[in-house]
Amino acid sequence: MYSVNSVANERGVEMKVEQISIFLENKYGRLAEVTEVLAKAGINIRALSLADTADFGILRLIVNDTEKAKAVLKDNGFTVGKTEVVAVEVPDRPGGLAGILNALKGEGINVEYMYAFVQRSGENAIIIFRFDDVEKAIYALQEGKIRILKGEEVYSL
Amino acid sequence: MIWNEEFETLPREALQALQLKRLKLLVERVYEAVPYYRNKMEEAGVRPGDIKSLEDLIKLPFTTKEDLRLNYPFGLFAVPFDQVVRIHASSGTTGKPTVVGYTKKDIENWAELMARTLSCGGAHKGDIVHNAYGYGLFTGGLGAHYGAERLGAAVIPISGGNSKRQIMIMQDFGSTVLLCTPSYALNLADVMKEMNVDPASLKIRVGLFGAEPWSENMREEIEKKLGIKAIDIYGLSEVMGPGVASECIEEKKGLHVFEDFFIFEIINPDTGEAVPHGESGELVFTTLTKEAFPVIRYRTKDISRLIAEPCSCGRTFHRMQRITGRSDDMMIIRGVNVFPSQIEHVLMSIEGVEPHYQIIVDRKDALDIMEVQVEVSEQIFSDEVKVMEGLNKKIEREIKDLLGVSCKVKLVEPRTLQRSEGKAKRVIDKRKI
Repeated sequence: MYSVNSVANERGVEMKVEQISIFLENKYGRLAEVTEVLAKAGINIRALSLADTADFGILRLIVNDTEKAKAVLKDNGFTVGKTEVVAVEVPDRPGGLAGILNALKGEGINVEYMYAFVQRSGENAIIIFRFDDVEKAIYALQEGKIRILKGEEVYSL
Repeated sequence: MIWNEEFETLPREALQALQLKRLKLLVERVYEAVPYYRNKMEEAGVRPGDIKSLEDLIKLPFTTKEDLRLNYPFGLFAVPFDQVVRIHASSGTTGKPTVVGYTKKDIENWAELMARTLSCGGAHKGDIVHNAYGYGLFTGGLGAHYGAERLGAAVIPISGGNSKRQIMIMQDFGSTVLLCTPSYALNLADVMKEMNVDPASLKIRVGLFGAEPWSENMREEIEKKLGIKAIDIYGLSEVMGPGVASECIEEKKGLHVFEDFFIFEIINPDTGEAVPHGESGELVFTTLTKEAFPVIRYRTKDISRLIAEPCSCGRTFHRMQRITGRSDDMMIIRGVNVFPSQIEHVLMSIEGVEPHYQIIVDRKDALDIMEVQVEVSEQIFSDEVKVMEGLNKKIEREIKDLLGVSCKVKLVEPRTLQRSEGKAKRVIDKRKI
Protein backbone atom coordinates (compact mmCIF):
# COMPACT_ATOMS: atom_id res chain seq x y z
CA MET A 1 0.00 0.00 0.00
CA TYR A 2 1.22 3.47 -0.66
CA SER A 3 0.32 6.55 1.23
CA VAL A 4 -1.08 9.33 -0.89
CA ASN A 5 0.26 11.88 1.52
CA SER A 6 3.89 10.96 0.91
CA VAL A 7 3.52 11.83 -2.76
CA ALA A 8 0.96 14.61 -2.68
CA ASN A 9 3.55 17.05 -1.47
CA GLU A 10 5.94 19.37 -3.29
CA ARG A 11 8.25 16.53 -4.25
CA GLY A 12 5.36 14.79 -6.00
CA VAL A 13 4.49 17.85 -8.07
CA GLU A 14 8.06 18.30 -9.24
CA MET A 15 8.21 14.70 -10.41
CA LYS A 16 5.49 15.22 -12.97
CA VAL A 17 6.09 16.62 -16.42
CA GLU A 18 3.51 18.75 -18.20
CA GLN A 19 2.59 17.57 -21.66
CA ILE A 20 0.50 19.56 -24.11
CA SER A 21 -1.91 17.68 -26.35
CA ILE A 22 -3.51 19.13 -29.46
CA PHE A 23 -6.51 17.83 -31.42
CA LEU A 24 -5.85 17.72 -35.17
CA GLU A 25 -8.20 16.79 -37.95
CA ASN A 26 -6.57 14.66 -40.62
CA LYS A 27 -6.27 17.69 -42.83
CA TYR A 28 -3.25 18.46 -44.91
CA GLY A 29 -0.98 20.99 -43.31
CA ARG A 30 -2.41 21.08 -39.79
CA LEU A 31 0.72 19.63 -38.23
CA ALA A 32 2.91 22.14 -40.07
CA GLU A 33 0.73 24.96 -38.78
CA VAL A 34 1.23 23.86 -35.18
CA THR A 35 5.00 23.84 -35.53
CA GLU A 36 4.93 27.22 -37.27
CA VAL A 37 2.83 28.79 -34.54
CA LEU A 38 5.18 27.50 -31.88
CA ALA A 39 8.25 28.56 -33.83
CA LYS A 40 6.94 32.12 -34.19
CA ALA A 41 6.46 32.27 -30.43
CA GLY A 42 9.99 31.05 -29.84
CA ILE A 43 8.87 27.80 -28.24
CA ASN A 44 11.25 24.89 -28.30
CA ILE A 45 9.79 21.39 -28.67
CA ARG A 46 11.60 18.87 -26.47
CA ALA A 47 9.66 15.75 -27.39
CA LEU A 48 6.67 14.85 -29.45
CA SER A 49 4.45 11.98 -30.41
CA LEU A 50 1.57 11.82 -32.85
CA ALA A 51 -1.24 9.33 -32.35
CA ASP A 52 -3.52 8.89 -35.31
CA THR A 53 -6.88 7.36 -36.18
CA ALA A 54 -8.69 7.36 -39.50
CA ASP A 55 -10.35 10.68 -38.71
CA PHE A 56 -8.12 12.67 -36.41
CA GLY A 57 -4.77 12.83 -34.66
CA ILE A 58 -3.66 13.79 -31.18
CA LEU A 59 -0.31 15.55 -31.09
CA ARG A 60 1.50 15.34 -27.77
CA LEU A 61 4.31 17.77 -27.04
CA ILE A 62 6.74 18.56 -24.30
CA VAL A 63 7.99 22.10 -24.69
CA ASN A 64 10.29 24.44 -22.85
CA ASP A 65 7.46 26.86 -21.86
CA THR A 66 4.19 25.04 -21.38
CA GLU A 67 1.98 28.00 -20.44
CA LYS A 68 3.15 30.19 -23.30
CA ALA A 69 2.73 27.35 -25.77
CA LYS A 70 -0.81 26.67 -24.58
CA ALA A 71 -1.76 30.33 -24.83
CA VAL A 72 -0.35 30.87 -28.29
CA LEU A 73 -1.92 27.67 -29.64
CA LYS A 74 -5.32 28.58 -28.22
CA ASP A 75 -5.08 32.06 -29.73
CA ASN A 76 -4.56 30.39 -33.08
CA GLY A 77 -7.73 28.34 -32.74
CA PHE A 78 -6.37 24.97 -31.63
CA THR A 79 -8.01 22.76 -29.01
CA VAL A 80 -5.35 22.20 -26.39
CA GLY A 81 -5.18 20.04 -23.31
CA LYS A 82 -2.59 19.60 -20.57
CA THR A 83 -1.69 16.27 -19.01
CA GLU A 84 0.75 15.13 -16.34
CA VAL A 85 3.22 12.55 -17.58
CA VAL A 86 6.38 11.08 -16.08
CA ALA A 87 9.89 11.13 -17.57
CA VAL A 88 11.70 7.97 -16.60
CA GLU A 89 15.36 7.17 -16.97
CA VAL A 90 15.84 3.86 -18.71
CA PRO A 91 19.21 2.03 -18.63
CA ASP A 92 20.44 1.88 -22.20
CA ARG A 93 20.88 -1.89 -22.42
CA PRO A 94 18.70 -4.90 -23.26
CA GLY A 95 16.23 -5.41 -20.42
CA GLY A 96 16.33 -1.78 -19.39
CA LEU A 97 12.76 -1.08 -20.32
CA ALA A 98 11.52 -4.54 -19.26
CA GLY A 99 12.77 -3.91 -15.74
CA ILE A 100 10.79 -0.71 -15.47
CA LEU A 101 7.60 -2.19 -16.89
CA ASN A 102 7.86 -5.10 -14.44
CA ALA A 103 8.09 -2.74 -11.48
CA LEU A 104 4.90 -1.08 -12.70
CA LYS A 105 3.06 -4.33 -13.45
CA GLY A 106 3.70 -5.48 -9.92
CA GLU A 107 1.69 -2.58 -8.60
CA GLY A 108 -1.11 -2.99 -11.15
CA ILE A 109 -0.37 0.28 -12.93
CA ASN A 110 -1.57 0.76 -16.52
CA VAL A 111 0.48 2.52 -19.15
CA GLU A 112 -1.80 4.43 -21.52
CA TYR A 113 0.98 5.34 -23.91
CA MET A 114 4.70 6.12 -24.00
CA TYR A 115 7.29 7.66 -26.28
CA ALA A 116 11.01 8.27 -26.19
CA PHE A 117 13.06 11.43 -25.82
CA VAL A 118 15.78 12.08 -28.33
CA GLN A 119 18.01 13.59 -25.64
CA ARG A 120 19.72 11.31 -23.21
CA SER A 121 20.23 11.71 -19.52
CA GLY A 122 23.88 10.87 -19.12
CA GLU A 123 24.23 7.26 -20.19
CA ASN A 124 20.51 6.56 -20.03
CA ALA A 125 17.60 6.89 -22.40
CA ILE A 126 14.54 8.86 -21.33
CA ILE A 127 11.00 7.65 -21.89
CA ILE A 128 7.83 9.64 -21.31
CA PHE A 129 5.04 7.60 -19.73
CA ARG A 130 1.36 8.39 -19.47
CA PHE A 131 -0.19 6.43 -16.61
CA ASP A 132 -3.81 5.90 -15.61
CA ASP A 133 -2.79 6.68 -11.98
CA VAL A 134 0.23 8.97 -11.97
CA GLU A 135 0.60 9.22 -8.16
CA LYS A 136 0.65 5.46 -7.73
CA ALA A 137 3.08 5.09 -10.64
CA ILE A 138 5.55 7.60 -9.20
CA TYR A 139 5.44 5.80 -5.88
CA ALA A 140 6.04 2.43 -7.54
CA LEU A 141 8.97 3.75 -9.56
CA GLN A 142 10.56 5.39 -6.53
CA GLU A 143 10.13 2.17 -4.55
CA GLY A 144 11.85 0.35 -7.40
CA LYS A 145 14.72 2.83 -7.19
CA ILE A 146 14.01 3.92 -10.72
CA ARG A 147 15.09 7.46 -11.47
CA ILE A 148 12.44 9.95 -12.49
CA LEU A 149 13.46 13.23 -14.07
CA LYS A 150 11.95 16.36 -12.61
CA GLY A 151 9.83 18.58 -14.83
CA GLU A 152 12.36 21.42 -14.82
CA GLU A 153 15.11 19.00 -15.86
CA VAL A 154 13.07 17.85 -18.83
CA TYR A 155 11.98 21.27 -20.13
CA SER A 156 15.53 22.49 -20.31
CA LEU A 157 17.21 19.38 -21.65
CA MET B 1 -59.09 0.80 -61.96
CA ILE B 2 -60.86 2.53 -59.13
CA TRP B 3 -61.30 0.74 -55.81
CA ASN B 4 -64.38 2.60 -54.65
CA GLU B 5 -66.20 3.83 -57.75
CA GLU B 6 -69.00 5.48 -55.84
CA PHE B 7 -66.92 7.74 -53.64
CA GLU B 8 -63.90 8.29 -55.84
CA THR B 9 -66.01 9.67 -58.70
CA LEU B 10 -68.48 11.75 -56.68
CA PRO B 11 -69.46 14.99 -58.43
CA ARG B 12 -67.75 17.92 -56.70
CA GLU B 13 -70.96 19.31 -55.16
CA ALA B 14 -71.85 15.98 -53.62
CA LEU B 15 -68.28 15.58 -52.35
CA GLN B 16 -68.34 19.03 -50.79
CA ALA B 17 -71.70 18.37 -49.14
CA LEU B 18 -70.24 15.19 -47.65
CA GLN B 19 -67.16 17.08 -46.48
CA LEU B 20 -69.26 19.73 -44.77
CA LYS B 21 -71.43 17.16 -43.03
CA ARG B 22 -68.37 15.34 -41.73
CA LEU B 23 -66.58 18.57 -40.79
CA LYS B 24 -69.45 19.72 -38.61
CA LEU B 25 -69.56 16.39 -36.79
CA LEU B 26 -65.80 16.43 -36.38
CA VAL B 27 -65.69 19.89 -34.84
CA GLU B 28 -68.50 19.11 -32.42
CA ARG B 29 -66.91 15.87 -31.34
CA VAL B 30 -63.43 17.34 -30.91
CA TYR B 31 -64.78 20.35 -29.00
CA GLU B 32 -66.37 17.98 -26.48
CA ALA B 33 -63.68 15.33 -26.30
CA VAL B 34 -60.32 17.12 -26.43
CA PRO B 35 -59.80 19.92 -23.87
CA TYR B 36 -56.71 21.19 -25.68
CA TYR B 37 -58.61 21.72 -28.93
CA ARG B 38 -61.52 23.29 -27.08
CA ASN B 39 -59.20 25.77 -25.41
CA LYS B 40 -57.62 26.64 -28.74
CA MET B 41 -61.01 27.16 -30.30
CA GLU B 42 -62.21 29.31 -27.41
CA GLU B 43 -59.06 31.41 -27.65
CA ALA B 44 -59.76 31.84 -31.36
CA GLY B 45 -63.33 32.81 -30.51
CA VAL B 46 -64.93 29.99 -32.50
CA ARG B 47 -67.54 27.43 -31.46
CA PRO B 48 -68.81 24.33 -33.33
CA GLY B 49 -72.00 26.16 -34.29
CA ASP B 50 -69.94 28.70 -36.26
CA ILE B 51 -69.03 26.11 -38.88
CA LYS B 52 -71.86 26.40 -41.37
CA SER B 53 -70.00 26.13 -44.67
CA LEU B 54 -66.66 24.83 -45.92
CA GLU B 55 -65.42 28.44 -46.07
CA ASP B 56 -65.81 28.58 -42.28
CA LEU B 57 -62.93 26.11 -41.98
CA ILE B 58 -60.54 29.05 -41.81
CA LYS B 59 -62.15 30.19 -38.57
CA LEU B 60 -60.60 27.17 -36.88
CA PRO B 61 -57.07 27.48 -35.46
CA PHE B 62 -54.15 25.58 -36.96
CA THR B 63 -52.59 22.56 -35.29
CA THR B 64 -48.82 22.20 -35.32
CA LYS B 65 -46.24 19.60 -34.38
CA GLU B 66 -45.58 21.72 -31.32
CA ASP B 67 -49.19 21.14 -30.18
CA LEU B 68 -48.61 17.41 -30.52
CA ARG B 69 -45.37 17.66 -28.58
CA LEU B 70 -47.04 19.60 -25.77
CA ASN B 71 -49.64 16.87 -25.44
CA TYR B 72 -47.26 13.93 -25.50
CA PRO B 73 -48.17 11.13 -25.43
CA PHE B 74 -51.95 10.80 -25.48
CA GLY B 75 -53.29 14.29 -24.68
CA LEU B 76 -54.93 14.80 -28.07
CA PHE B 77 -56.69 11.44 -28.21
CA ALA B 78 -60.43 11.97 -28.67
CA VAL B 79 -61.73 8.61 -27.46
CA PRO B 80 -61.51 6.70 -24.17
CA PHE B 81 -58.25 4.82 -24.19
CA ASP B 82 -59.87 1.39 -24.17
CA GLN B 83 -61.10 2.12 -27.69
CA VAL B 84 -57.55 2.62 -28.98
CA VAL B 85 -56.35 -0.52 -30.76
CA ARG B 86 -53.13 0.77 -32.34
CA ILE B 87 -50.43 3.25 -31.47
CA HIS B 88 -47.84 4.54 -33.91
CA ALA B 89 -45.09 7.10 -33.52
CA SER B 90 -42.87 9.15 -35.73
CA SER B 91 -39.93 11.45 -35.19
CA GLY B 92 -40.46 14.39 -32.88
CA THR B 93 -38.37 17.55 -32.97
CA THR B 94 -36.58 16.83 -29.69
CA GLY B 95 -36.19 13.82 -27.43
CA LYS B 96 -39.73 12.46 -27.62
CA PRO B 97 -41.52 11.00 -30.65
CA THR B 98 -44.83 12.23 -32.05
CA VAL B 99 -47.55 9.77 -30.99
CA VAL B 100 -50.78 8.90 -32.84
CA GLY B 101 -53.57 6.41 -32.15
CA TYR B 102 -56.30 4.48 -33.99
CA THR B 103 -59.64 2.90 -33.15
CA LYS B 104 -60.90 -0.23 -34.92
CA LYS B 105 -62.88 1.95 -37.32
CA ASP B 106 -59.80 4.13 -37.98
CA ILE B 107 -57.83 1.03 -38.92
CA GLU B 108 -60.61 -0.11 -41.27
CA ASN B 109 -60.76 3.30 -42.94
CA TRP B 110 -56.99 3.35 -43.25
CA ALA B 111 -57.04 -0.05 -44.94
CA GLU B 112 -59.74 1.24 -47.30
CA LEU B 113 -57.63 4.26 -48.21
CA MET B 114 -54.50 2.21 -48.76
CA ALA B 115 -56.51 -0.20 -50.93
CA ARG B 116 -57.56 2.84 -52.98
CA THR B 117 -53.92 3.87 -53.21
CA LEU B 118 -52.85 0.47 -54.45
CA SER B 119 -55.65 0.56 -57.00
CA CYS B 120 -54.38 3.94 -58.17
CA GLY B 121 -51.20 2.07 -59.04
CA GLY B 122 -53.14 -0.61 -60.90
CA ALA B 123 -52.69 -3.24 -58.20
CA HIS B 124 -55.53 -5.72 -57.64
CA LYS B 125 -56.64 -8.91 -55.94
CA GLY B 126 -54.25 -11.70 -56.84
CA ASP B 127 -51.19 -9.45 -56.91
CA ILE B 128 -48.20 -10.26 -54.74
CA VAL B 129 -47.31 -7.13 -52.81
CA HIS B 130 -43.68 -6.86 -51.75
CA ASN B 131 -43.89 -4.53 -48.75
CA ALA B 132 -40.45 -3.16 -47.96
CA TYR B 133 -41.71 -0.17 -45.99
CA GLY B 134 -40.51 -0.34 -42.38
CA TYR B 135 -42.70 -2.29 -39.99
CA GLY B 136 -42.88 -1.14 -36.39
CA LEU B 137 -43.82 2.18 -34.88
CA PHE B 138 -43.60 3.87 -38.26
CA THR B 139 -46.91 3.95 -40.10
CA GLY B 140 -45.45 2.92 -43.48
CA GLY B 141 -45.18 -0.84 -43.07
CA LEU B 142 -48.41 -1.71 -41.31
CA GLY B 143 -50.39 0.95 -43.16
CA ALA B 144 -49.45 -0.51 -46.54
CA HIS B 145 -49.89 -4.03 -45.21
CA TYR B 146 -53.50 -3.68 -44.15
CA GLY B 147 -54.31 -1.93 -47.42
CA ALA B 148 -52.86 -4.77 -49.46
CA GLU B 149 -54.82 -7.33 -47.45
CA ARG B 150 -58.03 -5.33 -47.93
CA LEU B 151 -57.29 -5.24 -51.66
CA GLY B 152 -57.13 -9.01 -51.63
CA ALA B 153 -53.49 -9.21 -52.61
CA ALA B 154 -50.93 -11.53 -51.01
CA VAL B 155 -48.63 -9.43 -48.82
CA ILE B 156 -44.99 -10.27 -48.22
CA PRO B 157 -44.24 -8.31 -45.02
CA ILE B 158 -40.51 -8.15 -45.69
CA SER B 159 -39.90 -4.64 -44.24
CA GLY B 160 -36.60 -2.89 -45.05
CA GLY B 161 -33.00 -4.00 -45.37
CA ASN B 162 -31.04 -7.04 -46.61
CA SER B 163 -31.33 -6.22 -50.31
CA LYS B 164 -29.91 -9.52 -51.54
CA ARG B 165 -32.56 -11.45 -49.68
CA GLN B 166 -35.28 -9.13 -50.95
CA ILE B 167 -34.22 -9.81 -54.53
CA MET B 168 -34.10 -13.54 -53.96
CA ILE B 169 -37.66 -13.38 -52.64
CA MET B 170 -38.79 -11.30 -55.61
CA GLN B 171 -37.42 -14.01 -57.87
CA ASP B 172 -38.73 -16.99 -55.92
CA PHE B 173 -42.12 -15.65 -54.79
CA GLY B 174 -42.82 -13.65 -57.95
CA SER B 175 -43.59 -10.27 -56.34
CA THR B 176 -45.66 -8.11 -58.69
CA VAL B 177 -46.03 -4.83 -56.79
CA LEU B 178 -43.13 -3.12 -55.00
CA LEU B 179 -43.59 -0.84 -51.98
CA CYS B 180 -40.56 1.02 -50.61
CA THR B 181 -38.83 4.40 -50.62
CA PRO B 182 -37.70 5.61 -54.06
CA SER B 183 -34.05 5.65 -53.02
CA TYR B 184 -34.33 2.06 -51.81
CA ALA B 185 -35.73 1.10 -55.19
CA LEU B 186 -32.57 2.45 -56.82
CA ASN B 187 -30.48 0.60 -54.28
CA LEU B 188 -32.27 -2.64 -55.18
CA ALA B 189 -31.55 -1.93 -58.85
CA ASP B 190 -27.84 -1.56 -58.03
CA VAL B 191 -27.77 -4.78 -56.02
CA MET B 192 -29.57 -6.63 -58.82
CA LYS B 193 -26.80 -5.57 -61.14
CA GLU B 194 -24.19 -6.86 -58.70
CA MET B 195 -26.06 -10.15 -58.42
CA ASN B 196 -26.41 -10.38 -62.22
CA VAL B 197 -30.17 -10.46 -61.87
CA ASP B 198 -31.92 -8.98 -64.89
CA PRO B 199 -34.83 -6.84 -63.63
CA ALA B 200 -36.76 -7.88 -66.73
CA SER B 201 -36.75 -11.43 -65.41
CA LEU B 202 -38.74 -10.35 -62.35
CA LYS B 203 -42.51 -10.11 -62.28
CA ILE B 204 -42.69 -6.64 -60.71
CA ARG B 205 -44.70 -4.30 -62.90
CA VAL B 206 -45.34 -1.28 -60.66
CA GLY B 207 -43.87 0.41 -57.60
CA LEU B 208 -45.62 2.76 -55.19
CA PHE B 209 -42.94 4.94 -53.69
CA GLY B 210 -43.13 7.48 -50.89
CA ALA B 211 -41.87 8.53 -47.45
CA GLU B 212 -39.34 10.88 -49.02
CA PRO B 213 -39.31 13.52 -51.77
CA TRP B 214 -38.23 12.46 -55.24
CA SER B 215 -38.06 14.12 -58.67
CA GLU B 216 -39.27 13.28 -62.16
CA ASN B 217 -35.67 12.49 -63.02
CA MET B 218 -35.56 9.93 -60.29
CA ARG B 219 -38.83 8.43 -61.51
CA GLU B 220 -37.36 8.03 -64.99
CA GLU B 221 -34.28 6.40 -63.54
CA ILE B 222 -36.31 3.93 -61.48
CA GLU B 223 -38.64 3.09 -64.36
CA LYS B 224 -35.74 2.54 -66.71
CA LYS B 225 -33.54 0.54 -64.35
CA LEU B 226 -36.29 -1.72 -62.99
CA GLY B 227 -38.53 -1.82 -66.05
CA ILE B 228 -41.61 -0.90 -64.00
CA LYS B 229 -44.09 1.96 -63.68
CA ALA B 230 -43.36 4.16 -60.67
CA ILE B 231 -45.96 6.24 -58.87
CA ASP B 232 -45.75 8.66 -55.96
CA ILE B 233 -47.82 8.13 -52.83
CA TYR B 234 -48.16 10.46 -49.87
CA GLY B 235 -49.09 10.36 -46.24
CA LEU B 236 -47.91 11.35 -42.79
CA SER B 237 -48.49 9.80 -39.38
CA GLU B 238 -50.01 12.91 -37.87
CA VAL B 239 -52.80 12.76 -40.45
CA MET B 240 -52.99 8.95 -40.70
CA GLY B 241 -50.04 7.34 -42.47
CA PRO B 242 -49.66 6.31 -46.13
CA GLY B 243 -52.95 6.52 -48.01
CA VAL B 244 -53.67 10.24 -47.74
CA ALA B 245 -52.98 10.90 -51.42
CA SER B 246 -51.77 9.00 -54.47
CA GLU B 247 -50.81 9.49 -58.11
CA CYS B 248 -52.85 7.50 -60.57
CA ILE B 249 -51.10 5.27 -63.04
CA GLU B 250 -53.14 6.79 -65.85
CA GLU B 251 -51.56 10.24 -65.64
CA LYS B 252 -48.80 10.16 -62.96
CA LYS B 253 -49.22 13.90 -62.60
CA GLY B 254 -50.18 15.13 -59.15
CA LEU B 255 -51.54 13.05 -56.29
CA HIS B 256 -55.30 12.63 -55.77
CA VAL B 257 -56.13 13.51 -52.16
CA PHE B 258 -58.91 11.29 -50.78
CA GLU B 259 -61.10 14.28 -50.06
CA ASP B 260 -64.02 12.36 -48.60
CA PHE B 261 -61.67 11.62 -45.70
CA PHE B 262 -59.43 14.71 -45.69
CA ILE B 263 -59.82 18.39 -46.47
CA PHE B 264 -56.61 19.93 -47.73
CA GLU B 265 -55.56 23.56 -47.99
CA ILE B 266 -52.52 25.31 -49.39
CA ILE B 267 -51.48 28.27 -47.26
CA ASN B 268 -48.80 30.92 -47.16
CA PRO B 269 -46.53 29.63 -44.37
CA ASP B 270 -45.77 33.13 -43.11
CA THR B 271 -49.26 34.63 -43.04
CA GLY B 272 -51.45 31.54 -42.69
CA GLU B 273 -53.72 32.81 -45.46
CA ALA B 274 -54.81 30.67 -48.38
CA VAL B 275 -52.58 31.19 -51.43
CA PRO B 276 -54.15 32.24 -54.72
CA HIS B 277 -55.60 29.27 -56.59
CA GLY B 278 -52.85 27.04 -58.00
CA GLU B 279 -49.91 28.72 -56.28
CA SER B 280 -47.32 27.00 -54.10
CA GLY B 281 -47.66 26.92 -50.36
CA GLU B 282 -47.75 24.79 -47.25
CA LEU B 283 -50.05 21.75 -47.17
CA VAL B 284 -52.62 21.71 -44.36
CA PHE B 285 -54.89 18.74 -43.61
CA THR B 286 -58.10 18.28 -41.62
CA THR B 287 -59.18 14.69 -40.94
CA LEU B 288 -62.91 14.12 -41.42
CA THR B 289 -63.48 10.67 -39.96
CA LYS B 290 -60.61 9.82 -37.63
CA GLU B 291 -61.90 8.85 -34.20
CA ALA B 292 -58.89 8.38 -31.94
CA PHE B 293 -56.60 11.07 -33.28
CA PRO B 294 -58.43 13.67 -35.34
CA VAL B 295 -56.47 16.75 -36.44
CA ILE B 296 -57.84 20.11 -37.45
CA ARG B 297 -55.90 22.17 -39.97
CA TYR B 298 -52.61 20.36 -39.33
CA ARG B 299 -49.65 22.24 -40.77
CA THR B 300 -47.45 19.68 -42.48
CA LYS B 301 -44.59 22.01 -43.49
CA ASP B 302 -44.58 20.22 -46.86
CA ILE B 303 -44.67 22.55 -49.87
CA SER B 304 -47.09 21.73 -52.69
CA ARG B 305 -49.80 23.30 -54.86
CA LEU B 306 -53.33 22.57 -55.92
CA ILE B 307 -54.10 20.87 -59.23
CA ALA B 308 -57.84 21.20 -59.78
CA GLU B 309 -58.08 20.16 -63.43
CA PRO B 310 -60.14 17.03 -64.13
CA CYS B 311 -58.09 13.86 -64.47
CA SER B 312 -58.42 11.24 -67.21
CA CYS B 313 -58.52 8.48 -64.59
CA GLY B 314 -62.05 9.55 -63.70
CA ARG B 315 -61.43 10.30 -60.04
CA THR B 316 -62.96 13.62 -59.09
CA PHE B 317 -60.60 14.25 -56.19
CA HIS B 318 -58.37 17.30 -56.57
CA ARG B 319 -54.69 16.67 -56.78
CA MET B 320 -51.70 18.01 -54.86
CA GLN B 321 -48.45 18.46 -56.72
CA ARG B 322 -45.63 16.13 -55.65
CA ILE B 323 -43.83 17.60 -52.65
CA THR B 324 -41.06 19.93 -53.76
CA GLY B 325 -39.61 20.87 -50.39
CA ARG B 326 -40.33 21.81 -46.81
CA SER B 327 -40.72 25.06 -44.98
CA ASP B 328 -38.65 23.84 -42.04
CA ASP B 329 -35.31 22.11 -41.64
CA MET B 330 -36.56 18.55 -41.39
CA MET B 331 -34.64 16.02 -43.46
CA ILE B 332 -35.59 12.56 -44.59
CA ILE B 333 -32.77 10.05 -44.27
CA ARG B 334 -33.47 6.59 -45.71
CA GLY B 335 -37.18 7.24 -45.25
CA VAL B 336 -36.87 8.42 -41.65
CA ASN B 337 -37.73 11.97 -40.61
CA VAL B 338 -34.83 13.66 -38.89
CA PHE B 339 -34.83 17.11 -37.31
CA PRO B 340 -31.51 18.86 -36.68
CA SER B 341 -32.93 19.75 -33.27
CA GLN B 342 -32.96 16.06 -32.39
CA ILE B 343 -29.24 15.89 -33.07
CA GLU B 344 -28.79 19.00 -30.98
CA HIS B 345 -30.78 17.35 -28.19
CA VAL B 346 -28.35 14.41 -28.14
CA LEU B 347 -25.26 16.60 -28.20
CA MET B 348 -26.45 18.80 -25.38
CA SER B 349 -27.20 15.78 -23.21
CA ILE B 350 -23.58 14.66 -23.36
CA GLU B 351 -21.58 16.56 -20.79
CA GLY B 352 -19.11 19.04 -22.14
CA VAL B 353 -20.24 18.82 -25.75
CA GLU B 354 -21.05 22.23 -27.11
CA PRO B 355 -23.81 22.49 -29.71
CA HIS B 356 -21.42 23.45 -32.49
CA TYR B 357 -22.21 20.89 -35.10
CA GLN B 358 -23.04 20.47 -38.74
CA ILE B 359 -24.92 17.76 -40.55
CA ILE B 360 -23.75 16.70 -43.99
CA VAL B 361 -26.20 14.60 -45.96
CA ASP B 362 -25.26 12.80 -49.14
CA ARG B 363 -26.32 9.83 -51.17
CA LYS B 364 -23.89 7.03 -52.05
CA ASP B 365 -24.97 3.98 -54.03
CA ALA B 366 -28.54 5.25 -53.82
CA LEU B 367 -28.53 5.17 -50.01
CA ASP B 368 -28.66 8.29 -47.87
CA ILE B 369 -25.74 8.82 -45.54
CA MET B 370 -25.59 11.35 -42.77
CA GLU B 371 -22.41 12.67 -41.20
CA VAL B 372 -22.60 14.75 -38.05
CA GLN B 373 -19.54 16.90 -37.52
CA VAL B 374 -19.03 17.93 -33.90
CA GLU B 375 -16.52 20.49 -32.73
CA VAL B 376 -14.07 19.32 -30.08
CA SER B 377 -14.02 21.79 -27.22
CA GLU B 378 -11.45 21.84 -24.44
CA GLN B 379 -13.89 20.25 -22.04
CA ILE B 380 -14.29 17.07 -24.05
CA PHE B 381 -10.76 16.89 -25.43
CA SER B 382 -8.55 14.20 -23.98
CA ASP B 383 -4.96 13.29 -24.67
CA GLU B 384 -6.01 9.66 -25.03
CA VAL B 385 -7.18 8.30 -28.37
CA LYS B 386 -9.41 5.71 -26.73
CA VAL B 387 -11.30 8.42 -24.86
CA MET B 388 -11.89 10.41 -28.05
CA GLU B 389 -12.96 7.31 -29.95
CA GLY B 390 -15.21 6.36 -27.06
CA LEU B 391 -16.86 9.77 -27.25
CA ASN B 392 -17.27 9.45 -31.01
CA LYS B 393 -18.96 6.06 -30.65
CA LYS B 394 -21.13 7.30 -27.80
CA ILE B 395 -22.52 10.15 -29.86
CA GLU B 396 -23.17 7.78 -32.79
CA ARG B 397 -24.95 5.34 -30.51
CA GLU B 398 -27.14 7.97 -28.86
CA ILE B 399 -28.11 9.48 -32.19
CA LYS B 400 -29.04 6.03 -33.49
CA ASP B 401 -31.05 5.28 -30.36
CA LEU B 402 -33.03 8.51 -30.55
CA LEU B 403 -33.49 8.89 -34.28
CA GLY B 404 -33.75 5.26 -35.36
CA VAL B 405 -31.27 5.87 -38.13
CA SER B 406 -27.50 5.55 -37.94
CA CYS B 407 -24.97 8.17 -38.91
CA LYS B 408 -21.24 8.74 -38.86
CA VAL B 409 -19.91 11.18 -36.31
CA LYS B 410 -16.76 13.08 -37.15
CA LEU B 411 -14.95 15.08 -34.48
CA VAL B 412 -13.56 18.30 -35.93
CA GLU B 413 -11.46 21.20 -34.78
CA PRO B 414 -13.25 24.17 -33.27
CA ARG B 415 -14.27 27.10 -35.40
CA THR B 416 -13.90 25.07 -38.58
CA LEU B 417 -17.66 24.87 -38.85
CA GLN B 418 -19.47 27.82 -40.36
CA ARG B 419 -20.40 30.49 -37.93
CA SER B 420 -23.22 32.52 -39.35
CA GLU B 421 -25.01 35.57 -38.17
CA GLY B 422 -28.36 34.63 -36.76
CA LYS B 423 -29.46 31.07 -37.52
CA ALA B 424 -26.53 28.68 -37.93
CA LYS B 425 -26.56 26.65 -41.13
CA ARG B 426 -26.88 23.26 -39.55
CA VAL B 427 -27.48 21.13 -42.59
CA ILE B 428 -25.59 20.77 -45.83
CA ASP B 429 -27.58 18.51 -48.12
CA LYS B 430 -25.53 17.36 -51.09
CA ARG B 431 -28.16 15.04 -52.48
CA LYS B 432 -29.64 15.75 -55.86
CA ILE B 433 -33.01 14.12 -56.01
